[in-house]
Amino acid sequence: MRVDNHVILGKDERKEIVEIQVDGKTIHAKKGEMIIAALMANGIRINRYTVKKKEPRGIFCGIGQCTDCVMVVNGKPNVRTCITPVEDRMIIKTQYGVERSNG
Amino acid sequence: MIEKEVVVIGGGPSGLSAAVEAAKRGAEVLLVDENLRAGGQLFKQIHKFFGSSAHKAGVRGIDIATELLEQARECGVEVWLNSVVVGLFNERKVAIKRTLTDNSEKLEIVQAKKIVIATGASENAVRFRGWTLPGVMGAGAAKTMTNVNRVLPGKRILMIGSGNVGLIVSYQLMQAGAKVVGVIEAAPQIGGYGVHAAKIRRAGVPIYTSHTIREAIGSKSVEKAVICEVNDKWQPITGTEKILEVDTITIAAGLKPLIELAMMYNCKCSFIPQLGGWIPLHDENMESTISGIYLVGDATGVEEANTALEEGRLAGIAIAEALEYISLENARKLKKEIWQRLNELRMGPFGEARMLAKNNILTGCKKQ
Repeated sequence: MRVDNHVILGKDERKEIVEIQVDGKTIHAKKGEMIIAALMANGIRINRYTVKKKEPRGIFCGIGQCTDCVMVVNGKPNVRTCITPVEDRMIIKTQYGVERSNG
Repeated sequence: MIEKEVVVIGGGPSGLSAAVEAAKRGAEVLLVDENLRAGGQLFKQIHKFFGSSAHKAGVRGIDIATELLEQARECGVEVWLNSVVVGLFNERKVAIKRTLTDNSEKLEIVQAKKIVIATGASENAVRFRGWTLPGVMGAGAAKTMTNVNRVLPGKRILMIGSGNVGLIVSYQLMQAGAKVVGVIEAAPQIGGYGVHAAKIRRAGVPIYTSHTIREAIGSKSVEKAVICEVNDKWQPITGTEKILEVDTITIAAGLKPLIELAMMYNCKCSFIPQLGGWIPLHDENMESTISGIYLVGDATGVEEANTALEEGRLAGIAIAEALEYISLENARKLKKEIWQRLNELRMGPFGEARMLAKNNILTGCKKQ
């Protein structure tokens, strides 16, 4: 859920929208926002599955320290989505275990 | 090899103020920050600061950050963003993985005369069954999502921990439209300031003291939380379980200083629980047991933004003095004023323990 109006921060003035593709589905994101923000605003909470037990993981620290939110972005695995901004037509995939780079 | 008089590692409140104080007196300063912008956690602090007017009371963290960044720009601090210090080596060499403007990365070795470690702290985790489920996150992550990214991490939230972070983040989640279902606290009393607790209690949020979390339940992400009472030995009491319908569990269980770089350089550390764990020792100038290496802010004991700002200033002035940009006399006067303000910030029931712990750091450092 986006916080469009905030009692202290005021109205969210970011207007420009870009399109990103997440696991084949196109979603809208605000230009320049972090990937995780666009995902969360669209109700996506799972970023990856663990190597051995295949358990789901999502955001934990939000500042690029814990690496729980990594995904495959434009073919590059292990991208920390909480500190990586979206780009128009970015292709994002849920990461399954340790994936290899295909780019 | 690039040469700089001063390299400041970390652009939060303490690092920024150290950089500004040294640079405005003439020192050549490079500030390195791993984020896309400097300012540290200040940009997430949308509440007004406490204390007296000398301590920026009534000013919000976001405004302090904007002001500091402006000052840094004005006095010519060079800032490398999206750049990580990966090592500190003999004779004050700083290895930096630098991101250039075209987004390519380059390893730079910078020779410094003085180094300020202002790396801050990281959140402590609490482990319980289900704690790895999506929807369980640090309170800091929830705050970042809400106040910076402007997306709520959940609709119904359980906060673990009633220190100031737990209380303030709970309030800020509510300001942004979430429902905080409850705050749990393992201790028999609330950890943070009464005013912050009163604010959320007035809004109807229950604070469960002597309670812990047993389990987070959910198939793909959090759907429920099981909490229960603990006895005076901190052990869960069977039969007291309550189930709360929540989609998010946020953890505010304190912070731990990020001291890897100080350890890499063999700065002497001491275990001080009141300040968050292992703490590198420092003297009245914020200089560690290794000459030329300074430590400021949460990296040398978890406190708050105001003390971080003052410690940064102290180091900045001490460095300007050591590099002979200001006179001994002038520096002494400025440092005395800062120590007075620091001592004021470390008074009262919450500050006293920190004051004692900080004094132990100074004494410990002298013995080296």
